[in-house]
Amino acid sequence: MSGLQDLYREIILDHYRAPRNRGELPVPPARMVEGFNPLCGDEVVLYLEVEDGVVTDVKTGGQGCSISQASTSMMSAAIKGKPVEEARTLIRAFKALMSIHESKLEGADETDLADELAGVQLGDLEALQGVVKFPVRIKCATLAWNVLQQGLDEAETEPSSG
Amino acid sequence: MSTDASALDVARIQADFPILKRLVNGKRLVYLDSASSAQKPVQVLDAMDRIYRESYANVHRGVYTIAEEATAAFEAGRAKVARFVGAAESREIVFTRNATEAINLVAYSWARANLHEGDVIVLSYLEHHANVVPWHILRQERGVEIRWIPLTSDQRLDLTDLDRLLDGASLLAITAMSNVTGTIVDVPHLVRAARAAGAHVLVDACQAVPQMPVDVQAWGADFIAFSSHKLLGPAGIGALWAKAELLEEMPPFMGGGEMIRDVTTEGFSTNDIPWKFEAGTPAIVEAVGFGAGVDYLEAIGMDAVRAHERALTEYTLGALADRFGDNLTVYGPAGADDRGGVISFLFDDIHAHDVSQVVDEEGVCVRAGHHCAKPLMRVLGVPATTRASFGVYNDRADADALVEALAKAESFFSI
Repeated sequence: MSGLQDLYREIILDHYRAPRNRGELPVPPARMVEGFNPLCGDEVVLYLEVEDGVVTDVKTGGQGCSISQASTSMMSAAIKGKPVEEARTLIRAFKALMSIHESKLEGADETDLADELAGVQLGDLEALQGVVKFPVRIKCATLAWNVLQQGLDEAETEPSSG
Repeated sequence: MSTDASALDVARIQADFPILKRLVNGKRLVYLDSASSAQKPVQVLDAMDRIYRESYANVHRGVYTIAEEATAAFEAGRAKVARFVGAAESREIVFTRNATEAINLVAYSWARANLHEGDVIVLSYLEHHANVVPWHILRQERGVEIRWIPLTSDQRLDLTDLDRLLDGASLLAITAMSNVTGTIVDVPHLVRAARAAGAHVLVDACQAVPQMPVDVQAWGADFIAFSSHKLLGPAGIGALWAKAELLEEMPPFMGGGEMIRDVTTEGFSTNDIPWKFEAGTPAIVEAVGFGAGVDYLEAIGMDAVRAHERALTEYTLGALADRFGDNLTVYGPAGADDRGGVISFLFDDIHAHDVSQVVDEEGVCVRAGHHCAKPLMRVLGVPATTRASFGVYNDRADADALVEALAKAESFFSI
């Protein structure tokens, strides 16, 4: 099962079985954002508390496949307590990691990709790189990050009253 | 009486399907997704190849030899399809792009000419999106009302309130067999009830036509939609059956070449049926393949196909229950009498996508997702299921391979 082991690294299965930061936060001051993957019914719910440019707390909910839920868990652990700008850098780096295959197909300048990834510590998140070999699952892995991006965008344009 | 899977000589059938010889991830290909699309026998591939190599030309236009040959082969495909479902005449078969387009043809032609604000369309919770969304679009445009036939706890139609649901209805649009639960619907019973209420009936027969004998006369519906690619034929062509008189009354669906008798700067007049509904160059070679696909099934015999599907389904349900017990939940009617060769299930807490991914490693192809039936998924209360479905080329070894692959998935994801 070598291909499978690439996809389902132990760290991914660990996050899937024991997801970090599960739960809810009171809204407001937190804001709730959710996203769906219509193809397979993956659902990610994200509670974000942003104060003075820092993601002070995060909780997650939803249901779906191991990749979508592990990615959500890893994302929550990676951004909790981090400045919003750092979270945004992670979003860009993670999406770059997930789009290596597509970029190559489209003939995009690979130095752009290298720039996105340069100096960003992805840590556990790098375990999700195996997903790239399974193109239909990329959407499962990126769902949580799209939800995060939406949440951060909303937090910026309509700052929480709290 | 024997209802064993040996109703068919599956080994001989398998030899006709070149794709079954390939390996996936080093394993024998075990194709269990025929409810989505069937694999193709060499007879279909050869029939299509022969036209391209020897007689290809546009149809109904040229007077030269190969154009005549292509037209004859194209229309012979229609005649075979007509005969296969018991149509009175070939001209009652309209070729479409697929079953979805056949249903849309009815929605855009017949329904827009006959249904108005407040008119009622009755659907069921078993429907595929292809038999839901065209009616939602009509509702947005016309303000028709949609009523839903509910389900029993084992996903059969709950017909307790059928007469009330059909009261005043103009159209009943219903599947003959669920693509998710395999539930076989009693079409003649529903047609009688709809007739009594004065409603027309459209049957989505995509799943039923490849799996059981279908006789449009015995069903007595007004419209029947099905596709070639589930009938061992190519994708890109499907069919709408309707009685000739009804097709004559209906306005054209799309405009263009082939569907006209005359065109002036002032307007146009329409061609005879079925060509009135076949604007533009049709799927010529696909029609030949469609005919070759039904020829193949006809040679086996649809009673034998049904017996095979029933026996293999029964065997697989038993094997899954024996091996996994309560860890595996199968949806739909218990037993194989009232279900086609389709088994949708939940497996432990493993998401359908993960199940499908792991069994693929073993060469086993199953479908994971909502199967284009989200109203049904909401009733089941799950976002997705894993689905195994059978064709004439599947046997008990395939069912056993599924069970073994699922066992691997179970150990892979176990805590």
